[in-house]
Parts: sequence; structure tokens; C-alpha cells
Amino acid sequence: MRSIIQSHATEFALLVVIAVISVVLSLSTDSFLTPGNAFDLLNSSSVNIIFAVGLLVVLIAGGIDISFAVAASVAQYVTAILLGWIGGGGWISGLLIAGGVGVLLGAFNAFLIHKFRIISIVATIATFNIYFGLLMFFTRGVSIYNLPDWLTERVILYEREMADGSWIEITLPVLVMTICVIATWIFITRTTTGRQLYAFGDNPDGARRFGVNIAAMQFIAFGWLGLMAGIGGLVQAHYAQEVVPNALYGRELDVLAAVVLGGARLGGGKGTVLGCVLGVLLISITQNGLNLAGVSPFAFKMIIGAIILAAITLSNSNLEKRLPFMRQAKGRG
Amino acid sequence: MAEMTSMESSPKPLLSLRNINMSFGGISALKNVSFDVLPGEVHCLAGENGSGKSTLIKIVTGVYRPEPGTIIDYDGQTYPHMSPMTAQAAGIQVIWQDLALFPEMTVAENIAFQTVLGSRPRFVHYGHMRDIAVKALARLGVSLDVDLPLKEYAIAQRQIVAIARALVGEAKLVFMDEPTASLTQSETDHLLDIVRNLSAAGVAVVFVSHRLAEVLDISNRLTVLRDGALVGVYPAAGMIQSRITELMTGKTFDHKLRARDVSANPVVLEVQNLSRPGLFEDISFTVRRGETLGITGLLGAGRTELALSLFGMLKPRSGTIRLEGKPVRFSSNRDAIAAGVAYLSEDRLSLGLVQPQSIADNLVVASLGRITSGGFLSDDRKRELVAGWITNLGIRIGRQGDAVSTLSGGNQQRIAIAKWLATDPKLLILDAPTVGVDVGARAGIFEIIAKLADSGLAIILISDEVPEVYFHADRVLHMAEGRIVNRFAPRDCTLRDIEAAVYA
Repeated sequence: MRSIIQSHATEFALLVVIAVISVVLSLSTDSFLTPGNAFDLLNSSSVNIIFAVGLLVVLIAGGIDISFAVAASVAQYVTAILLGWIGGGGWISGLLIAGGVGVLLGAFNAFLIHKFRIISIVATIATFNIYFGLLMFFTRGVSIYNLPDWLTERVILYEREMADGSWIEITLPVLVMTICVIATWIFITRTTTGRQLYAFGDNPDGARRFGVNIAAMQFIAFGWLGLMAGIGGLVQAHYAQEVVPNALYGRELDVLAAVVLGGARLGGGKGTVLGCVLGVLLISITQNGLNLAGVSPFAFKMIIGAIILAAITLSNSNLEKRLPFMRQAKGRG
Repeated sequence: MAEMTSMESSPKPLLSLRNINMSFGGISALKNVSFDVLPGEVHCLAGENGSGKSTLIKIVTGVYRPEPGTIIDYDGQTYPHMSPMTAQAAGIQVIWQDLALFPEMTVAENIAFQTVLGSRPRFVHYGHMRDIAVKALARLGVSLDVDLPLKEYAIAQRQIVAIARALVGEAKLVFMDEPTASLTQSETDHLLDIVRNLSAAGVAVVFVSHRLAEVLDISNRLTVLRDGALVGVYPAAGMIQSRITELMTGKTFDHKLRARDVSANPVVLEVQNLSRPGLFEDISFTVRRGETLGITGLLGAGRTELALSLFGMLKPRSGTIRLEGKPVRFSSNRDAIAAGVAYLSEDRLSLGLVQPQSIADNLVVASLGRITSGGFLSDDRKRELVAGWITNLGIRIGRQGDAVSTLSGGNQQRIAIAKWLATDPKLLILDAPTVGVDVGARAGIFEIIAKLADSGLAIILISDEVPEVYFHADRVLHMAEGRIVNRFAPRDCTLRDIEAAVYA
């Protein structure tokens, strides 16, 4: 048990923080700790979790991406237009188009980073502006409301009324999110390519000397994030029932904060899918709880900033120092 | 120049290189060098930095392609050149100086890393990886928890992990690049045991090092390179350190005791009962004007921690520090610098110098107050100050504006010393000043230290190489587990006496 806690210190700390916040919120509001609210939270966090697991892969490979949220907007818009041309389409064609556009935009980032040796934060700040600028220029900021029916129709996979009268439902975004989370987990922990990504992020020079294909690593990491951005973008359009060009603008920093909160390291080689999901959930729970408690929305950002600082301080390997019983003599044999 | 010893009736070499020529941008790195390794032998490849050792390894392992005309005979096959893939497949492995490990990944993944290589994605078999890792470690007679992330282990164990990884690929020939550079004596001894076992099992091991004393007694033969040319191949038996140094540098060094009696000089530093529980305890000593005090002991003996507390970077819990009779209490190293203490850190590369910055900027960074005029930095005064120290210490540089990273280890160390001398200190603390510095350049550094002492500076010389403190200090303190356990005067004892105490 001790070694499990030790090797997953970040996830453990996040669970503790989530538990504490949940207890506080359930004492201060009536509606927080209801099954209905819990499932609402899951439904509304799905898009961010899809983005987050994509971004996690890039962080593990030692990169960073600022452009994925606007790339998701581009994917939404292109998909909506193409679906109009082909006369409706369906979930399969929609996901293929959105995912494909996302992969292309991600690959462009990888191309800039690998070919011209631009550091990823600079390259993606540039593409963030390019993607968003092109989107606003060609759309003139006009939203699309007449989306195909299949895209705007809520798909409820499971629903049930609970004993307390609240209504729980699991919707399509949750299913898509679950598939993305499991796929990313299998990809980064169970495949050789995923382990090469960790190694590349951990020690790029060491990986290179072993013959790990550096170009492939960049394209795979940014391509995976692009895929998740495309899928997440389509799911967001479905959830919001509209395509608004600047709807996701600014989302990149929220997701980045959540992923870093989940234990991923800026600099590479470190981060888990579980930590990443918990990071997003912690932020959503806090936001939701504050909402229910009637706190002014203007105070949200401030409180969330404080929570990110507190959680990161707690999880950044300081856990061992704070809890001496978890210390253990090792090394220096 | 090449004086080949006869190799009559020796077994057929596992690796044999002939006519290796290699140049970079018109500058010749290897000139007509030959190199042989016999199956299962332990072979030392000796030479100063820049002598061509690393170039040679990179040719054997396929990182570099030699100029046409080279013949590489390995294990019954002839190659015009190697590639990393063919070298690995043929059982040639390298343990690089920086180890090239992955600290966030588990020990098992590090050792069995080649199972996840290849461009076609496959599923990872963690069980299989663990088996490989456990088996490789068992072969070395070491037990580590293979499920822990590598970062949980200290450098010595990481070294073992790197060796274990090299053995996974059925290695026949293992190159070890500076394997003992960051190990203590007992860790080095353990490494040498491992090498002995490998050699007994038929694996040939080539040591690349400029600290050869420790590997000499387990080696069979020695190849010495100088300036890209072969000096010769010698049997290791009967070879002594000083002879190797001569062969490597082409110069003779006389080892004369520096130790003098300076007990008449005024005391600069007096430390009484200085303690910081867990790091060092009950430390008392004095250093006089013009005196060099050596402090030796194994890694982890508390030497560096003691030095840091004299430099204001670590607060002692109790005890007093007096500088020229006045009690001082430093709350930061800025106080210590102002009071006349200078500290040359152990880790020059990361703490001492800012590698990408210019020589001039590095040299003046601790004494900016001296080169301002009217509150602004004066370029003229900076150039003057830098030029003065460069001449004074005989540092060979291109231009003042060149990056420090362009200099050799020895010259970098001189820049680091000059940086502190520019602060006009009373007490200079040198922590492991020769780590990563060539034998030839070491002599130059000790010349500077002697000159500084003669000019009246009080110097504390910290080193885990006993000969360095024995030959160059006036008195020697031996620290173990945070305490001073022995005090030696080199004039009244032998090198063996101190070594026996330290390595006991």
C-alpha cells in the first residue's frame, strides 16, 4: 500500500483534495452531493478531459501546445461545412473529418518544431494565432446554428431517476470521452511507441542514441493531440448545439493547468492518464460547487488559481517530506 | 612515436582496427591509429581530453564513419565502417559517461529498453521486461527493486543499471566511458568486481578514463593515445600511474611535497565546534595566511556541506566561525563574499559557470561592484579586469566574448578560479577542483594554487583523491561521517598512511 501511494503521490494528493473539497461543498450546499449533480459534472467535463489526455501525450514527449483549442474550433467549423456539402453525414463521418483536420493541424505543429527546431511553445503560439486568425477571417466571426440533426440531438445512453428525485443520465460525450481516455492509457502505457514517447521526453539525447526516431515521436505526439482536439471539438459542438468560432478560445490554458495539476511535468517524461483526469475533475468540481454555493462567478478564477497552487505544492514530491512515515531509506546502498 | 610491444603468440583479437583516420573540418582527430581488443580481456584506453579516445569509441560503435582505408575486423568479419544497429547486433555496447538512462522510468524499463525499440508499435510486456531486468542484475550479483523509478537510486546504482542494460544484448565487447568519474572508492571497488566477473565470463571490457590508478590492477593491457596518434600498447602489469601520465602528456611530472610550515603566519579562519546535526559535527580547525589546508574523505563525509556553511549557504546549528579574529555569522553567500570568502563549487559545469555565456561575463559575475562607474557597468573596466586575470593565470582563450563552453576543462576551471580571485578573497575554498580536468591541466591548476598561497591567500582544498591533498596541502584533515577523524601533516607521514585511514 505504501509503495502504491508513493509511486502515485500526485494522484493520491489529488484524491485527498477532491475529497476535502467535496465534503466542504456538501456541507455548504444541498445539491452538490447528489447523483444527478455528479453525472452532470461528468457530462460537462467530457470535452475538457478529451483535450487533456491529448495534451498529456505532448507534455510527456517534452513539448507543449497552445494551439489545440483553436485547432478544435477550426476542426468544428471545417467539419460543419463539409458535412453540409456531403449532405448530412453521421457520427462516423463527422468524427473522421474532425479527427483528420485535427491530426493535420497537429502535424503542422510537429513539422515546424522538428524541421525548423522551433521550441514548441513558440511554434504553437504562432500557430495559435495563425489558426485563430484564419478561422475568424474566413468565417467573419459568424456562428453556425443549422447543424445536422444527428449532431445536435442529445444521445442519452442511460438514464434513471434516483431515490432522491434527481435524474442521472449518461450521454454520448461521456462515452466518447471514456473511449479517448482508455485509448490514450493503452497507447502511452501498453505500447512500445508510448514508452518511446516517455523515454524521449525524459532524456531526448539518450533516446536518440538508442535509435528512437525523433521525428516520428514529434509527429505522433502532436498528431495524437490533434486527433483528440478534433474529436473534442466535434463533441463540444454537439454539447453546445452550435459552432461558435471563438467558443474554445482560452480553453487551452484551463486544460493545461488541469493537466499540470494532474502531475504531468513541463519538460517531459512524466504524467499519467489518471492524474490528468483527476486534475480536470478537481477544477470542474470546484467550479460547480462554487456555482451551487452562490459564489460570484467573478471570484471563480481566483479561487481556482489558489487551488492549483495549493494542489501543486502538495503533490510536487513534498508529500514525502510532509508525511515522514512514508519516507524510506533507499539508494546509496 | 609508436613503440609497439611485441604480441607474440597472443590469441586472435576480437576487435582489430587498422589505419583509422578521421578528421573534422580539416583538423585531424585520429591519425593512422590501430587498436586491438582480445576476447575477454580488460583493456584501458588512456589519453587526455582531445586525444581521440571518444572519437575512437564512436567509430567502433558506428556513430562516426572513419575515412576510407580503415579496416575494422570484428569477430571474424571485416567491416569498412560500423553503424549503430550493426554494432549493437554484433554485441558491441557502450556505457556512456552520462549513462543515457531514463530517470522517470522504472529500473526494469531502463534495463530492458531495447524491447520497446523499433518503429512498428507493439504491446509492451512488462512481465517479460522484469524477467530480463532481474536476470541481468542477478548476473551482476546486484539486487535492486526493478519496479522503482530509476530516479529513486543514487548515481552508483544507476551506473549498475547502465551496465545491466549493456549486458542484455548479449554483449561481447563493452566500452565504459569514464565509469568511475562520479563513484566513491567502495563503489568503484564494487564496479571493478563486476568487471572482473564479466571478463571471467568472456566479455571484453574497454575502460576509457583519465583516472587510471584504480583500473590498472585489473587490466591486462593499456593503449595510450596522444593528440590523435597512437603512443603505444603496453602490458598493464608493472605499469605505474606516473608512467602512464608521462605517456599521455609526453611530459614528466615530479611529485614533490608542497607542504611547508606556516605556523608563524596569522590565522585567517578559525572554526570552533561547528555542528549541523546530520551533516557535520564538532568541527574545529584553523587556516593561516598562505596556508593550504587539505580536507579529504569519502563522498558523503560532510566535506562539501562544511564548505557550504563556511560560505554562508548552509546555516550551522552551533559553533563559531572567526575570520581574522572577528566572529562572523553569514545569512547568505553574499555576506560571505563581502567578508572575503570565495567558494569554487564541486559541480563547476552546473553551479560554477554559466556555460553559454561569455568568458568575460563569467569571470566578472561575482565582482560586478568593482567594474561599475556611476552605477553602470563599465565595459572598459571589465575588459581590463578580465585581461588581467587571463594573463595572471595563464588561461588560453580565443576572445573574451567567446562562450565558456568553448574552453577545455582545465581552462574552464581556471576561469572559475579567476572569477573568485576577482572578488579579492582572504579565504579560497576549492571543492574538488580537478574533477573532469586532464592530468596535464591538473598540474597547471596546482601551480596556480601554490602561487596563490605564496601570495598570502588562505586556501582550503577539498578532494577525495588523497594524493592531491597529500602533495599539495600543508596540513590534511580526514573527515568521515561528518566528523574530523584524523589530522595529518604530509611532512611527517606517508601517502600510504592517509590512504589507509581514508579507505579503511
